[in-house]
Amino acid sequence: MSLLLDRISKSFSGVPVLRQVSLTVAPGEVLGIAGENGAGKSTLMNILGGVFAPDTGGMMLEDRVYAPRDPSEAAARGVSFVHQELNLFPNLTIAENLFLTDFPRRQVLGLPLIDRRAAAQNARRLLDAVELPLSPDTPVERLSQGERQLVEVAKALHRDARIVIFDEPTTSLTANESARLFGIIERLQARGAAVIYISHALADVRRLASRILILRDGEVAATGPAAEFTEERMISSMVGRPIGQLYPKRRPLPSDAAPLLEACGLTHRDVLEDVTFTLHAGEVLGIAGLMGSGRSECARILFGLDPCDHGQILLSGAPIQRLSPRERIRRGLAFLTENRRDDGLLMPAGVLANLALVEPRSGGLESVAARVGVRCANLDRQPVRQLSGGNQQKVALGKWLVSPPRVLLLDEPTRGIDVGARAEIYRIIAALAETGVGILLISSEIEELTGMCDRILVMRRGEIAGSIARPDFDREHILRVAL
Amino acid sequence: MRGLLTSRYLVAVLAAACFAVCAPLIPGMATSGNLSNLVWNMLPLAVVTIGEVFVLIAGGIDLSVTAIIALCSVTGALVMNGRTGYLAGNPAAAPVAVLFMLLVGALLGFLNGCAVTRLRMPAFIVTLTTMMFFGGFAVWLTRSANIDALPPAFNGLAGFGTLTVAVVVALAAHRTLRHSIFGRWLYATGMNARASLVSGVPVHAVTIAAYSVSGLLAAAASVLYTARLETGSPVLGQRIFLDVIAAAVIGGTSLFGGRGTVAGTLAGVLFVALLDNSLNLLGVSFFLVFTAKGVVILVAALLDSAAQRVLGEAVE
Repeated sequence: MSLLLDRISKSFSGVPVLRQVSLTVAPGEVLGIAGENGAGKSTLMNILGGVFAPDTGGMMLEDRVYAPRDPSEAAARGVSFVHQELNLFPNLTIAENLFLTDFPRRQVLGLPLIDRRAAAQNARRLLDAVELPLSPDTPVERLSQGERQLVEVAKALHRDARIVIFDEPTTSLTANESARLFGIIERLQARGAAVIYISHALADVRRLASRILILRDGEVAATGPAAEFTEERMISSMVGRPIGQLYPKRRPLPSDAAPLLEACGLTHRDVLEDVTFTLHAGEVLGIAGLMGSGRSECARILFGLDPCDHGQILLSGAPIQRLSPRERIRRGLAFLTENRRDDGLLMPAGVLANLALVEPRSGGLESVAARVGVRCANLDRQPVRQLSGGNQQKVALGKWLVSPPRVLLLDEPTRGIDVGARAEIYRIIAALAETGVGILLISSEIEELTGMCDRILVMRRGEIAGSIARPDFDREHILRVAL
Repeated sequence: MRGLLTSRYLVAVLAAACFAVCAPLIPGMATSGNLSNLVWNMLPLAVVTIGEVFVLIAGGIDLSVTAIIALCSVTGALVMNGRTGYLAGNPAAAPVAVLFMLLVGALLGFLNGCAVTRLRMPAFIVTLTTMMFFGGFAVWLTRSANIDALPPAFNGLAGFGTLTVAVVVALAAHRTLRHSIFGRWLYATGMNARASLVSGVPVHAVTIAAYSVSGLLAAAASVLYTARLETGSPVLGQRIFLDVIAAAVIGGTSLFGGRGTVAGTLAGVLFVALLDNSLNLLGVSFFLVFTAKGVVILVAALLDSAAQRVLGEAVE
């Protein structure tokens, strides 16, 4: 047995976060772990990684007691992490990032110096292992999100890792890069390493894992061979109840729906090329495309955050491309950005202060919080930093609903949030569309687009490469157009 | 302990404790003469610091406040002094000069704000250069000489007027921060400027306004200091820069933006003034006073991060 956890419990300030969690991972096995946010996955991984010590219970690693005092001890024992948040230094090169803590050294006149040549060689070997055809001297800031994630993987492989833990590794990967990652995981398995794979993407978990473990409220809710799990069973174990339909039923769009937002020939050098489309009242219009295809940039231009060389944007027939974001908001535009941490929320502020950011007012905010289903200890005092990802996202969405928008731009509205929160966000989107709000939904998840949209535009290298109507939705076809 | 550490009245409690300990030990501390001296030292400092706090809340920093104080002092004095002033002898000299000083201060602050937002330069660099520029200009204007013979009507502001100005500024600033939309925007900009921009907060205008307030209040403090000295001085206020930052930080304003209150600032100012006063009475050398202030700022910062940790622990 590679890794054995025996009845691990942990509580913070008297609140139990993990209760009697036991698990095993054999060499060459992939254990898939799923669970809602707050189920205890992060705490469990932090215990494995030596960040916290368990209150009770013990761990064995390759038949020796494993009780790491700090992360470096965990690393020395061969436990490696690929984190959801990227822990790379953008200003350093790939090689420097890979060897940050243990550069190959050579002695010159008795002084330890960095052996740059050995570093470059080792780095190239690691980059080959993750199939990343880049020079080790490339600064990380020039890499795309997906490439950075692969560098993270290379970093985890670098010490002869016995246990590799992937925490939500595909959130920033394109379909192509994910496939590459899965190949790497299979090779790790073949080499006899034990892999723990944590993800909200249940299909990936099911596909990769030999065994599955579902955490709920700090306890093991279900575990067994992957073959015994369907996605429905995984979801109902995670949530603790069967969760009906993930995507709400939507009525077909009436053919006479009025045009609401029109983009005509939007062009910006190296970003967008002649992007033209119409969003109707009550329509959910999806935008598919790989990272870097211009989908987020398109939304930023529509909202007035980025400049645009040519083209027209009409809101209910009136041109708005010269207006500031503030004026566009006043005319009914709303924009849920891709990254709630960077440009969505005031993390130190409470829920109410965040909800009041767009439309300053003090009354009626509690009802908005209730409408989007935010759950927290204190709406006024508790900083949103302390909320789960799903609740944070509901706050970020809620601030746009204080006064109802006419057009809502959503960029990856369910990234990194759990199934329950996703279902609620889908329900809110469908309800808004029902009242005639036009919704532009940008997403990397094709299932999300086919589940929610009336029509999907596929972007490729800044252009609209295809427009697909609901009856013709097909995952393979969308992917083919996007590539 | 935990409640005290996270209390917003921590600084006020510390100041009171400091006074309670020092008063019996230091002869002359609890006399009415000394106490009124303490208060008169506090008031103009409170006015500048409140302005600085506006900028700090918005996530910036204004290093030029003391230079603005000096430049306003000499320009005001140049306008109204009884010998060479443009309005020498004119009965309206004092009020016109006061308005002129306030205008100059607000304008200099506005320039700072525009430089920070339009040139996209870090506030530290912008206000460091404007500090040298404004300060140097003040010295050049007067050939480094003090200007006296100010109108008695102006010098009369030193007494009761100072108290009135400080009280009005504190109340107005408190209301603005707590109850106005501008106040909310200030905090939002300081916490996350990008999220604020996306949410339709006029981030640039808010930033420029914060620096303008800082400039305006520095000018108001300049009026008070100048009236008290009865002299326009090109180096006025140079020594208080450390006090301004110290009072703001001790008063719970975050140097990273998004946090700070008027009440906390007043407590911070009280604490700094008290420290100055007690060390002076002890006959401690001027340079040691600086060292002591450094230690106090450090302790305040440590307490602040300890409080943050206590608050944060409940989360994990």
